[in-house]
Amino acid sequence: MNLFRNVVFVAAIAGLVAGVVLACMQAYATVPLILKAETYEKAGGGHHHDHAAAPAANSDAMSTAAPAGNAMSSAAPAADDLASAQEDEGWAPADGFERFAFSVVANIVTGIGFALVLVAVSEFAGGIGNWRQGVFWGLAGFAVFTLAPGLGLQPELPAMPAADLLPRQVWWIATAAATAIGLGLIVFRRSLPLTILAVLLIVAPHIVGAPQPDSFETPVPEGLHHQFVVAVTLTNLVFWLVLGAVVGVVRGRFTGTATSLRDSFA
Amino acid sequence: MTTASVSLGASVSSQSRFMQLALAALLGIFVVGFVGFSHIDAVHNAAHDYRHSMAFPCH
Repeated sequence: MNLFRNVVFVAAIAGLVAGVVLACMQAYATVPLILKAETYEKAGGGHHHDHAAAPAANSDAMSTAAPAGNAMSSAAPAADDLASAQEDEGWAPADGFERFAFSVVANIVTGIGFALVLVAVSEFAGGIGNWRQGVFWGLAGFAVFTLAPGLGLQPELPAMPAADLLPRQVWWIATAAATAIGLGLIVFRRSLPLTILAVLLIVAPHIVGAPQPDSFETPVPEGLHHQFVVAVTLTNLVFWLVLGAVVGVVRGRFTGTATSLRDSFA
Repeated sequence: MTTASVSLGASVSSQSRFMQLALAALLGIFVVGFVGFSHIDAVHNAAHDYRHSMAFPCH
């Protein structure tokens, strides 16, 4: 398991660095907008902040609300007050430092997760030899995990209506997978029919269309949402560029022969 | 496209190489899936701001 160990090692360093960078960017760019949107969520109460997995065990707290099983629906009654809404959702980190700390941990852990995928997939194609190749791989990761799913399912703020969670997750994952396969075919197969197939793969999820809510009515101002979409897209772009570049640097140190890999890409 | 001397795992058989890389990718997908897509309440709440900030489907 020598190779596996090395992949995990490179991914852990790159994921740690990129995750910390992303957490810092989020603290300034996206989290304040989320907190602002939550004030609308609490004030309006129009959108029941819940998800399909709400356990039936909380049914006493739900007595004035819809049955837990389909509380996800944006048509859930507004009767439930803030206290019961919090009870519905089980444990949550306390606002402030604890909440921020858990976000940082989530960023680092998933940063390492994304890095594992990036390093493993790029090794199949010869590996990321230096920071510049890493930047291109990072662009691909950004396209696969942020751009393509974000076209159909825009970054959403709390208090914004959305379709059921599971269909959206399925569409999100399928879109990312189709885009990844499409980009891989274009870059590494160098054949016209396969490139045409790749374009079809990339376009297909958007022809099928992402699950959309019945109504787009929301108390969140359009300006706030637009600001959030820009912030999410740019912070993710920087995250992927940093992740790819750090993988290139760390892997180069590791193998000591980074430059000889140059012609393996593009 | 590449030679064993410049890859991360020098001198492993191609079948073992495939398995190890596939395992690493699966581990990464599992980690991201658990933090970002799990329906467990506590996991959702702990990573709530992260999920929104990554444009993962949430709520």
